[in-house]
Amino acid sequence: MKKKKFKSTPLIWYFLVPFLLVLCYKYISSSRVNDYSDVEIKDASVLASEETIPEKIDYIFHVKPILSDRCYLCHGPDEGTREAGLRFDTKDGAYAALGENKDRFALVPGDTTASQMVHRILAKEESKIMPPINSNLSLTDYEKQILVKWIGQGAVWKDHWAFVKPKKPEIPNIFSENKNGEIDKFILRKLKEKGLSMSEKASKEKLIRRVYFDLTGLPPSIEAIDTFIKDNGENAFETVIDNLLASKAYGERMAAIWLDVARYSDTHGYQDDLERIMWPWRDWVISAFNRNIPYDQFVKWQLAGDLIPNATREQILATGFNRNHKITQEGGVIDEEYRNEYVLDRTNTVSKSLLGLTMECAQCHDHKYDPISQKEYFSFYAFFNKLDEKGRMDYGEIPEPNIRITQQEVKDVLTFINMPDSINELDLMVMKDSKPNRKTYILKRGAYDNFGEEVKEGVPQAVLSFTDKYQKNRLGLSDWLFDEDNTLTARVAVNRLWQQIFGIGIVATSSDFGNQGALPSHPELLDWLAETYREEGWDTKKMLKRMVMSQTYQQTTKATPELLEIDPTNKWLARSSREKLTAEMIRDNALAASGLLVDKLGGPSVKPYQPKGLWAETTSGQGLTEYIMDKGENLYRRSLYTFWKRTVPPPAMLTFDAATRDFCSVERQKTSTPLQALVMLNDPQLIEASEVLAAKMLKDENLSDKERIKIIFRRITSRTPEDSEVEKLITFLKDTESNYNEIEKEDFKLKQEYQDLNIPKKRIYAFTTLTSLIFNLDEAIVKG
Amino acid sequence: MEEISKHFLNNNRRHFLKKLGLGIGGLATASLLNPFSSIVESSDSPLAGLNLPHFAPKAKRVIYLFQSGGPSQLELFDYKPLLHKMRGQDLPDSIRQGQRLTGMTSGQDSFPLVGSQFKFNQYGESRAWVSDLMPFTAKIVDELCFIKSMHTEAINHDPAITFFQTGSQQAGRPSIGSWMSYGLGSLNENLPTFTVLLSRGTGRAMAQPLYSRLWGNGFLSSLHQGVQFRSGKDPVLYLKDPEGMTRLERRKMLDHIAELNEKQEREFGDPETNSRIAQYEMAYRMQTSVPDTMNIEDEPDHIMQMYGANAAIPGTYAANCLLARRLVEQDVRFVQLYHMGWDQHDNLPSHITKQAKDVDQATAALIMDLKQRGLLEDTLVVWGGEFGRTNYSQGALTKTNYGRDHHPRCFTMFMAGGGVKPGFTYGETDDFGYNITKDPVHVHDLQATMMHLMGIDHTKFTHKHQGRRFRLTDVSGHVVKDLLS
Repeated sequence: MKKKKFKSTPLIWYFLVPFLLVLCYKYISSSRVNDYSDVEIKDASVLASEETIPEKIDYIFHVKPILSDRCYLCHGPDEGTREAGLRFDTKDGAYAALGENKDRFALVPGDTTASQMVHRILAKEESKIMPPINSNLSLTDYEKQILVKWIGQGAVWKDHWAFVKPKKPEIPNIFSENKNGEIDKFILRKLKEKGLSMSEKASKEKLIRRVYFDLTGLPPSIEAIDTFIKDNGENAFETVIDNLLASKAYGERMAAIWLDVARYSDTHGYQDDLERIMWPWRDWVISAFNRNIPYDQFVKWQLAGDLIPNATREQILATGFNRNHKITQEGGVIDEEYRNEYVLDRTNTVSKSLLGLTMECAQCHDHKYDPISQKEYFSFYAFFNKLDEKGRMDYGEIPEPNIRITQQEVKDVLTFINMPDSINELDLMVMKDSKPNRKTYILKRGAYDNFGEEVKEGVPQAVLSFTDKYQKNRLGLSDWLFDEDNTLTARVAVNRLWQQIFGIGIVATSSDFGNQGALPSHPELLDWLAETYREEGWDTKKMLKRMVMSQTYQQTTKATPELLEIDPTNKWLARSSREKLTAEMIRDNALAASGLLVDKLGGPSVKPYQPKGLWAETTSGQGLTEYIMDKGENLYRRSLYTFWKRTVPPPAMLTFDAATRDFCSVERQKTSTPLQALVMLNDPQLIEASEVLAAKMLKDENLSDKERIKIIFRRITSRTPEDSEVEKLITFLKDTESNYNEIEKEDFKLKQEYQDLNIPKKRIYAFTTLTSLIFNLDEAIVKG
Repeated sequence: MEEISKHFLNNNRRHFLKKLGLGIGGLATASLLNPFSSIVESSDSPLAGLNLPHFAPKAKRVIYLFQSGGPSQLELFDYKPLLHKMRGQDLPDSIRQGQRLTGMTSGQDSFPLVGSQFKFNQYGESRAWVSDLMPFTAKIVDELCFIKSMHTEAINHDPAITFFQTGSQQAGRPSIGSWMSYGLGSLNENLPTFTVLLSRGTGRAMAQPLYSRLWGNGFLSSLHQGVQFRSGKDPVLYLKDPEGMTRLERRKMLDHIAELNEKQEREFGDPETNSRIAQYEMAYRMQTSVPDTMNIEDEPDHIMQMYGANAAIPGTYAANCLLARRLVEQDVRFVQLYHMGWDQHDNLPSHITKQAKDVDQATAALIMDLKQRGLLEDTLVVWGGEFGRTNYSQGALTKTNYGRDHHPRCFTMFMAGGGVKPGFTYGETDDFGYNITKDPVHVHDLQATMMHLMGIDHTKFTHKHQGRRFRLTDVSGHVVKDLLS
């Protein structure tokens, strides 16, 4: 197969580079392209400049990203669009003989002259150049050099890393100050390679704020901060962590993430967007995290709880996961078209969230980049195609299949559901294979009525074959997912935990572990974590604890200009990332800091403040026509309980990059916009929190203004302000108070409960404004 | 007095920018001045290589007048006398050609053809057909470019409107205005790049609903999401300062925030901190510029009369048309209106009469107002819904009453201004008004053409997300060159 003209010894390729240079000059007149002798091969530590050609070209890290992104579209897995019979996604394909006489080769290891690829990518003639001009894809000089050099070095092939079973790597033999420093050793080794080192430890105030938000989504109280600061014991931080992992708020934080994955919503999502009741399922998620149900069970129950022999009510309830997709009631739709949509949604959700694959790309044709054929896509689809469900639901209907939960059952068995006494029973959607014999066909071009070949339940073979040992149903699929030979499940899971704690996954594209996805920044660490997670019985709390106990996690976020230059995205973790609070955390921080937060678990979703008219102005007059704000406690619940209407989601949450819940989402955007500033400045919830906190401080007559400011500052940012900062805030306070003008402030109405206090209105106003100012500091919306 | 305080506030801002080490002018300042501008995205953004616009644009701004629900082309623009002759007769199978029906009429025993109850005439030098429902529009046909051969793939509202707005029937892709904001950035430093105005028609009480995802940013940065401008005290959500707060207090507060944030920036070196300071400045400017734009008190009587009596009633289509003009005057890139209520399944004659009255005068006024200000040259105006309506009656056909179901195979839209041929009609349908016989224009073609007018090659303008390059027109769409002036 392989044609070798030269043995690829180092000597020869040193010889070959100048030779190629001559060739290039002959071939093309452009002076811009490739003076290879000029390529400066620098020390690995300055790799930060992406333009430096690496000394040793690695197929996975340097070559395949180019081939996948620029070549696979016509020379990749999709047979339907493959050109010239050439494919670069498989080893056999890439080295195969081409042309009528089978005498040409795209790649000849070690021989750039004989490799057609070199001629084509360096071609000047428009008709010859690859990728073709009209593809709108092109190679940069850097990329061309990489490909040529790789061929020169022998064109060594490797399989895609994510489809190779992880092996638990050895922990690097490197000194770490941390006694349980496995993670740190992997990080330190990489830092050393890059000529970097870890930053100093963050201050205790920063550290406790960070870990509180990461594990519970809430800020620490001043008492918790003080306790931690005073505790000089070796285990001080560990004690904090253990308490957080044992707190109910932990489950709420974890659930908030899982609700995005599960596209959870309180409405059906299409057109009139009617209400649905799925919150008991959400309560189960919180409880499952708090009970630390192992991840394999957690997933298995959600995918196939109903199929487990003698399934419990809880296991059946968990399958609500795959009924969270949108459902239409629009008059006139074709039932089968939408039933198909729901099956597609389940297929895409499971593949994206559990396998980190963009399988939806194989819905209409073979995947363009990854080894997933359309046939495999619909084989996977077959698992979720057995429900007796309708495409169009009626108004007032609870779509089948569903189960009824009674108050009695909640008292006896489903104790984790926080069912109000006013509700006797409720129905919610679950999975049930009532049509086990429904046949599945490839749907040509993805169209619901365009049947192709019939398919049976199956999976993408590249991950792991679906052999006879698995049942041909969702239960078998769960077993396959958690088979120790499955190359993806564990990696994808630990990567998402890593993303939760460190801001970016080890694989930055946490939804795409395929050829177009990012490469792992620390491949060995990812595999070590994945294997460890599995060995330890998928113990999520233990894994999170390991991450936050690391020295890596506990670094300061201080970034020197040099470090910012070398590693702007903080890929190598020579510092901690200064992560912004999520949409939920921003509001919850305000509620907690002001003392408004109602600490209550679960139950029906709630309707806190929302600008008037948002539902009314878009409604048809059917379904949820008007947003009727709740009263009392329900205004101050944690944000994960806020009622989610998919067609008009809570606006402040969307402004802060919450997912829309239209479909499965495993990572959120991190943006900074003027609309966010407006929310922070003017949202009535923030203003109320400011006033409540201000009044609370003023009521305590023993405090000086400086002390009051310090407390407010600490409650909001978790940090004790410096004297200079307090001085500035005092100036602002006094200025506001002294310029207070009763006529201008006519519209400033105090809350009823503050009107009878013996505090001048202008004092409350000035302190409220000051508190609002502090809520708007940069520091108030970052973790620490 | 007001002048003085404005001067003071602005001075403060300049002082603030200076302290940040920013002169006026220069790239960094441009992006800090308007954070909606795409330049603010990091230099390694995938946009960096796009070199937009790809060629000289014909239009700099767009006003998209979306007629939600699916206006009947047969009552408004597509004149079909045969339907009168064949009134009550069944739609021949040879014409229907197996066209999929919605569930609302698929159960009907018969499909009785029905012609427009409203008279048609030809107008202007272009001799364009317009019915009596649109007398004002009839007067300006020589400014308009009609497309009679629009067609779409979706037959139900939710997927069809999503398709028009995002190029895909399923939710999740960016809206066309978001794409434009992302690709072309902002033209001004005080207002969002992509703004949205909603109005409810009088034609049908149970109008088709709208969804905020229609103006959503999809996988693009939320900087590019459509910003809804609403009638009432708070025209942009959370715009209004808390009760009692003066502008001077707000200014001082922002200066303090900036000062304390700068200290943070010095300590932690987080570039995001500076970006956030810029966002607050933009927010502050919006607090003045948005109400200024929304305040129509300075509009002279003759302009108000031009748009009609409803223009004085906030939240109406007419008021929104006037606002649209004010927004493009301020160089807002993309103004998206939605007018609800065109879904006339039943009682079509009475409902469409009211609905047409809602929009006719104001639409014509907007176009002529833009023209008299010299803005029509480089502003593209688009009018149309998500699909058309059937040539047969939904429900019983009586002497005075009928309804029409959804029809994706042909419908009429029109455009005006920025680079399209005025006084021009493109495409033809058969005598039944059921099939296109000449020059079909697909939704993706329209989108490709709109992009072309804005200087964008729709095949090159892509965004890589989850490993795949996405574009507004998915994998299809052709620029309709015949429409270009």
